[in-house]
Amino acid sequence: MKTVTTVIIGAGHSGLAMSHCLAQHAIEHVVLERGKVANTWRTERWDSLRLLTPNWQSRLPGYEYRGPDPKGYRTLAETVSFIDEYAQHVGAPVEERTTVLSVKRSSNGYVVRTNRGDWQCRCVVLANGAMTVPTLPKVAANRPTFVKSITVRDYKRPHDIVGASVLVVGASASGAQLAEELAQAGYNVVLSVGEHVRVPRSYRGHDILWLMDAAGYFDHGINDVDDLLRVRTLPSFQLVGSSSGRTVDLNRLQALGVKIVGRLTSFRDNTALFSGNLHNVCRLADLKMQRLLRTLDEWIDQSMPDGSSPVAGCLQPTQVPEDPDLVLDLKAASVGTILWATGMRPDYSFIDVPIFDERGRLKHDGGVINAPGLYTLGLPFMRRRKSSLIDGAADDARELAVHMVGFLDGRRPRVA
Amino acid sequence: MNEQQPSTSQLNGVDVAAILEARESLEAAPEAANFRFAARSRWLGGVHTRMEIDQFFGLGEIQKRSRTFTVDSDHPEVFAAADVAPTPVELVLAGLAGCLTAGIASVAENREIELRSVEATVEGDMNLHGILGIDPEVRNGFSAIRVTYDIDAEASTEDIEALVAQSQKRSAVFDVITNPTNVFVTVNS
Repeated sequence: MKTVTTVIIGAGHSGLAMSHCLAQHAIEHVVLERGKVANTWRTERWDSLRLLTPNWQSRLPGYEYRGPDPKGYRTLAETVSFIDEYAQHVGAPVEERTTVLSVKRSSNGYVVRTNRGDWQCRCVVLANGAMTVPTLPKVAANRPTFVKSITVRDYKRPHDIVGASVLVVGASASGAQLAEELAQAGYNVVLSVGEHVRVPRSYRGHDILWLMDAAGYFDHGINDVDDLLRVRTLPSFQLVGSSSGRTVDLNRLQALGVKIVGRLTSFRDNTALFSGNLHNVCRLADLKMQRLLRTLDEWIDQSMPDGSSPVAGCLQPTQVPEDPDLVLDLKAASVGTILWATGMRPDYSFIDVPIFDERGRLKHDGGVINAPGLYTLGLPFMRRRKSSLIDGAADDARELAVHMVGFLDGRRPRVA
Repeated sequence: MNEQQPSTSQLNGVDVAAILEARESLEAAPEAANFRFAARSRWLGGVHTRMEIDQFFGLGEIQKRSRTFTVDSDHPEVFAAADVAPTPVELVLAGLAGCLTAGIASVAENREIELRSVEATVEGDMNLHGILGIDPEVRNGFSAIRVTYDIDAEASTEDIEALVAQSQKRSAVFDVITNPTNVFVTVNS
């Protein structure tokens, strides 16, 4: 068995940022990666994906975007290259093609078993991705067997869709983007819409994420919000990164021919049944968007009165069909595929340490897990609003590295 | 108008502090959160029925109501009935209004918005070709339900709309009506 002070699981941006920070504190470590650096981006995302965040918004510790298009949005290939280059830049000690099989307590820390040998260590950092296991609603188990079922993890391109029509379930970033892609590829698309977060791609002449960053939104910490569970489980912004900077909302999708229906509630024989709450979820999304934009207006008027376009009237309210369909006969509508865009979660299946609550959720305080020497990174609103962004890894990794130094020195520093 | 007099700290007479406290304790004790509501009914002749409601199960035990509540249902004269009570479908509409309005008052209390008046009109569209069996393509129930609120409150139009939207999000009756529910009807032998 090999011995090292800290094992980082996962060579994505989070694990690499942590590697950089630990190196600065001279903490000996290794980064275990099941595939190659940026593996999830390489193997478990669709071809046309671009990051939602602009290129400039990826300030990793010791590294940032220096290319010619800071306001652009990285393609999948560019994202992989960016993270690859970061791994080179920081000289991270990455062990590729090394799959972690288990993490167990030992007398002096943890034993990390892998397909390529075992490691004894004092600290483990779970940086293996916040979005790697698709979460399916319970109703998915009852789907008719004649339809193909595919999740956003496995979908690559329109060719993966069987049949003339497709039911896309979920209207957050993934669902909205793929509904658009499939409508443009000539499929009849029915989009099942639950609660979603509507935002325009740009507002008053600025990228929405630039505005939110400038106004300090992404630096809000866990003590700045009333309901931490709620903000941690919010769906992704209904956004797309593109060369045109377009907004992908339900109005645009309907103009492309996408039919929107309420949340999928059940299957009965060959039909899918939808909730009658579509009008309300759209109204909620519009109202919340307006509230965000009003707050941004206040910030703009105070901070950059001359640097922005005037308020150009309200964005169009979401157009909800007069009489949204409650029933979809999958056979009659030639639906051959259901594409589940219903969220992703981390994979903790290999962890053999009691660190989960009764609902199986990881218990942590700002990334410090309630087991000595265990840490996590990259989870939604882990320490601050930006924690799940590439741009959030710097502050989080820096602070957790300091905590780890204290832990290794035998101190018990306070978190957050 | 308001039977429950608002205490000094309450704007609308809703004890939000108690609700939030219950939310916390029920999160910690998930078993206690499993409630079962119940009503009994007795046929009175014709199409007139009387429902009695006097208890429910919750917090791990039977909870007695303050008294036995009765609700009658009948049908109107155009249905050749005595018209001594609302029709069951009207009771459903009334239940929706009651549930949404309770939600609006609670959310308003929590958001510190004082309500002066909250009035709603609820309409349900129904094509009788369904229940009369004239056209199998027509459903028995409502083809659409519309609720229209008139609210006078110390708040902007947007904030009032947000109250109404949030109330729908958390309403039991709204959920019962908008989402399918398995219903099991059995006959004792």
